Amino acid sequence: MPTVIVDGKEIEIGAQERLNCIEAARLAGVEIPHYCWHPGLSVVASCRMCLVETGSRDPATGKVTMVPKLVPGCQTPARDGTVIVTDSQLVKDSRARVEEALLIDHPIDCSICDKAGECLLQDYHFEHGQPERRADINPFHSQRRDVGPTVTLFVDRCIMCTRCVRFTREVSGTSELMVANRGAKEEIDVFPGFPLDNKLSGNVVDLCPVGALGDKDFLYQQRVWFLKREANVCGGCSAGCSIVTEHNQDTVYRLKPRENPHVNKWWICDDGRYGWHHLHDPSRLLAAGRLVSSAAERETVEWPAVVTRIRDDLKSAGRLAVAVSPMLTLEEAWMLCAVARSIDPRAYLAVGHVPTSGTDQSFPGGFTIRAEKCPNRIGVEAIVGLFETDLHRWHNFLDHIRQGQADAAWVTAAYPGSWIDDSTAEPFGKLRSLVVQDLFESPLSRLATWQLPATGFAERTGTWVNVAHRAQTFAAAVRAPAGVWPEGRLLWNMLGRRGLYDPAAVRRQIAESAVSLAVLAGDVPPNGVDLRVNQIASA
Amino acid sequence: MVTSQPVLLEAVGVPDGHSLQSYRSRGGYAPLERILKEKQPVDVIDLVKASGLRGRGGAGFPTGLKWTFLPKDHPGPIYLCINADESEPGTFNNRILMEDDPHQVIEGIILSAYATRATTAYLYLRYEYPQSWDRLQAAIDEAYAAGLLGKNILGGSFSLDLYLHRGAAAYICGEETGLIESLEGKRAWPRIKPPFPAIEGLFRKPTVVNNIETMACVAQIARRGVDWFRSIGVPADPNNPRDPGSYGPKLYCLSGHVERPGCYEAPLGITARQLIEGQGGGVWKGRKAKAVIPGGISMGLLTEAELDTPLDFAGPGKVGCLGLGTAAVVVIDDTVSIVDFLHNSCRFFAHESCGQCTPCREGTAWSLRMLERIRAGKGRLKDLELLAEIGNTMGMMPGSTICGLADGAAWPIKNAIKKFRGEFEDYIKHSNPNGWMVTDAVRALPVINGH
Repeated sequence: MPTVIVDGKEIEIGAQERLNCIEAARLAGVEIPHYCWHPGLSVVASCRMCLVETGSRDPATGKVTMVPKLVPGCQTPARDGTVIVTDSQLVKDSRARVEEALLIDHPIDCSICDKAGECLLQDYHFEHGQPERRADINPFHSQRRDVGPTVTLFVDRCIMCTRCVRFTREVSGTSELMVANRGAKEEIDVFPGFPLDNKLSGNVVDLCPVGALGDKDFLYQQRVWFLKREANVCGGCSAGCSIVTEHNQDTVYRLKPRENPHVNKWWICDDGRYGWHHLHDPSRLLAAGRLVSSAAERETVEWPAVVTRIRDDLKSAGRLAVAVSPMLTLEEAWMLCAVARSIDPRAYLAVGHVPTSGTDQSFPGGFTIRAEKCPNRIGVEAIVGLFETDLHRWHNFLDHIRQGQADAAWVTAAYPGSWIDDSTAEPFGKLRSLVVQDLFESPLSRLATWQLPATGFAERTGTWVNVAHRAQTFAAAVRAPAGVWPEGRLLWNMLGRRGLYDPAAVRRQIAESAVSLAVLAGDVPPNGVDLRVNQIASA
Repeated sequence: MVTSQPVLLEAVGVPDGHSLQSYRSRGGYAPLERILKEKQPVDVIDLVKASGLRGRGGAGFPTGLKWTFLPKDHPGPIYLCINADESEPGTFNNRILMEDDPHQVIEGIILSAYATRATTAYLYLRYEYPQSWDRLQAAIDEAYAAGLLGKNILGGSFSLDLYLHRGAAAYICGEETGLIESLEGKRAWPRIKPPFPAIEGLFRKPTVVNNIETMACVAQIARRGVDWFRSIGVPADPNNPRDPGSYGPKLYCLSGHVERPGCYEAPLGITARQLIEGQGGGVWKGRKAKAVIPGGISMGLLTEAELDTPLDFAGPGKVGCLGLGTAAVVVIDDTVSIVDFLHNSCRFFAHESCGQCTPCREGTAWSLRMLERIRAGKGRLKDLELLAEIGNTMGMMPGSTICGLADGAAWPIKNAIKKFRGEFEDYIKHSNPNGWMVTDAVRALPVINGH
C-alpha cells in the first residue's frame, strides 16, 4: 500500500487512489485550508491558501528530499513516499499572508452578511490569519448586483476563487459567469443580457466560500447559526438527491445538497432547492375531516377516533381499492397495504398517480433532473408487488373505479402541486366511502368522505428508492404542522401497533418478507444502498 | 567599445532589406534548402543544442533542450508558437527584427518547425506593433508564393503553415501558457505546470513556445554554423555545472537617459558600463547614472557601482537581479527619484497582473497603494518593511504564484528597497515629518495614478 507522510504521521492510501495533498492530509486528520479547490471542479491552484511543503522519501534509504519551495496542495499528487508538511513556520506564514491579502479589499461586513458563521474567509482568518491589520483601512462600501433570477452578487466580498465560473462551465455547461477586468479590479460578472439562469444556478451559492454569491430565496431570512441541519432526501423527482434540510423551530429555511457520490455528487437542482415552500403554505390541509352525512360539511375528527372510524367506514362499505402514492416511504406504503388487507383481505392495491413533467434533463457535469416528479415509484412498486401478483398502476386503478369494481377507496396523494382534474375525479363520487390523504384540497378530496392531511417530504421518516434503485433512509427534519398525524403514525396505529411509530421496525419486517429488500434489514448507510446489488447476489 | 559584426541586424539600413529578394541576396534561405534536403529533424535539434543557444525571451532556457522535451513519436499535431508579445517595458528588439528582417525570423521558424516536427506555427504578435504586422504578413505572403511555406516546402515532404495572431495588449500574454490560453481564445490566465507545454500545450497538444530573437538566432546558426555562434559570448563556468554558458550575439535595447538610445547587437557578456559608454555614448547631459535596469523592468536594478556586471545570462543574478531578461537596458540618471521609479514599476504590475493568484493580485495592488501613499507624503517606515515582505514572498520562486509575473513585480521592489533604502527613508521622513514612525494601519488614500 502506498504510504504518505503527513506532518510526520504515516498513513496508507489505496493503491488505485488518485489523491491530491489536501485529500491525503484529510485522511491523516489534517485540514489543509483551501478556497479555489473543489473536488467536483477542475484544479486552478490560484487561491494559494493550500500551499504546503512537500518532499519525497526514498523507498530504499528512507532519506527525505524536500522541494525547495511551497507548492499548492490541491495540484500536487500524493504518491507513495510523498512527504507533506502543513505545520511549518513557512506554511503558517504563507497562509497568514494569503489571508491578509484576501482581506485587503474585503469589506469585512460580516455583521450584515448572510455567510457569516459558515464563511471560510472568517474561519480561516481565525485559524490562520494575522493578528492585526497591516494594510491600509479602506472605507466601507458595498456593491451588489443581480446576476440572475436566483442569485445576487456582492461584488466586493468576492475573493476570486472562480469556483462559480468553473461550475457554470463544467457542470451546468451554461457558462454564464465570467471574470471581468484584471488584477485587483477583477470581478465576477455575467455578460449583459445573459443572466445566470439555469436549473443548477443555486449551487454557485453553496460553492462560494465567502458571502459574495447570495441566494435570493434565503437572503436575510435567518442567521445560519440558528439553523439546525437534518440529512434528508429531496422529494422533487425520482433522482432522490441527498440533501440537508436546514430549519429552525419547525420552519424550513433552505435546502442544501449533501455530498453523495452515488446520487447527486455535490449538487442539487433549483427545482429541488426551492421546492420546499409548499410545506409552509397556509392552504395546507391541517385536520382530519369526515363528511357529515346530512350535509356537505365536514366535521373535524380527533385522530384517535380517526383510527377506528376509518376502519369501520371502509369495512362497512365493501370492496376496497387503495392507491399507494409514490410520495410515501417504503414503510408507509407497506403499512398502508397491510392495513388495506386487514380491512378487506381482497383489497385492490395499486401504485398511485406518478406525476411527470417534460423529459429527463441532463447536464454536462453528469447531473440529471428526472421527468418523474416523485421520489419513490420504484419503492412503492416493490411494496405493492409484495401484496399483489399483478402490478396495478394508476390508470388500472382509475379503470377499476370507473367499472364499479370497488365500493370504497383510499387514495394517498401528498403531491406538492395540483395533480387531478374534475373529470378524472368524477367516478370517485359514486363510491360509498372515499378516503383521500393529500397536502392540499383537490377535486378528488372535495368528493371524499374522509379528507386527511398528508405530510411533506421534510416531515417524513423512512426510506425512498430512487430511479437507480438506491434506497436511502432519512429522518424527519421538521414536525408536521400542529394537528397533523403523519401517514406513518396513523397507519402504525391502525395496525394496532403499540408505542411510537418506529420506521426501523417496519423496515426490518419488510426486509424479512422479500429477498430483494433484505438489504434494508440493517442500518442503511448515509449514502444509501443499491437494491440491485442484493438481487444480483441472490440470483 | 565592444562590438561585433552585426549579424542579426544585418538588414538594418539596407534599402528594402525586409524583402525576400534582399534576404536571399544576403544568403538567406540557402541553409534552409540545404537542411531540408540533407538533414533530419534530429540533426537540427543537435545543431541548436551544440550551439548552446539559450532562449532570448527572458528565462534563458536552452532552446535545443526545450525541443527534446517533446514526446517522441507523437502522432501529432505538434504546435510551434512564436512569442512576439514583446511587452516588457524597455524592450523592442523583436520589433526591429520583425520590421527590418522578417524573413530571417521566418527562416528560423521553418527550421524550428522542421526540428520539432510541427506543421502549424502561430506567431503571437503584440497588439501595439502595426508595422510588424504589415511587414510580417507581407513576408509570409512572399514566403508562401516562393514555396517556403505551405505544402511541401521547396519540393520536399515537409509542410508548414504559419499564422499571424494579434494579441489584445496584455502583458500576461507574453507568459508562454498565458499566450497559449489566449491563442485558444480564452482569458490569458497562465496554466499550472506540470504539464508543461511540451507535453500538453496549445489545444492540449505538445507545443514549443520560442521567442522571435531565438528564431533569428536559429536561422543564423544554420547559416554560419555552431563554431561561429560559440565563438561569441561567455563560455560556461567550469566551476558551476548548472551554467550552460551564454553564447552568441544578443540584441540589447538601450533606452532611458543615454545619449544614443537604440537597439544594439553585441556579444553576450558585454558589461552595462561598456554598453552605456560605448554604444550609448554615455549618460545624457553629462550626468551620472543612478541605477540601471539590466533587462526589462522586472529584472530589478543595478546601482552605479554594479555597472561592470556582465550582461550575460548569469551576470545580473550575481548582484541580486532576477536575470538578463530581455536585455532591455534602461538608464536612470541621478536626478530621478527611486521612489518615482518604484511607483511606476508597481503601477505597471498592478495593472498587468492577471489576477489569478491571490499573492500577486493583491500584492501588486497593495504595493502600488503604499507607493501612492508614500508619494502623497503619508509614508511610514513600516511601509518599507511591508514592501520588502511583499517583494520577498510573491512569485513563482517562493512558490506562491503560478507564473513568473509576480517575480517580475517583486524584483524591482526588492532591489529598490534593498539597494536604495536610504533614499526611501529620507523621502519618507522629509515628506511625512509627523507620521513616518506610525506603525498602526492607516486609512487608505484613493489611488489616482493607477490606470
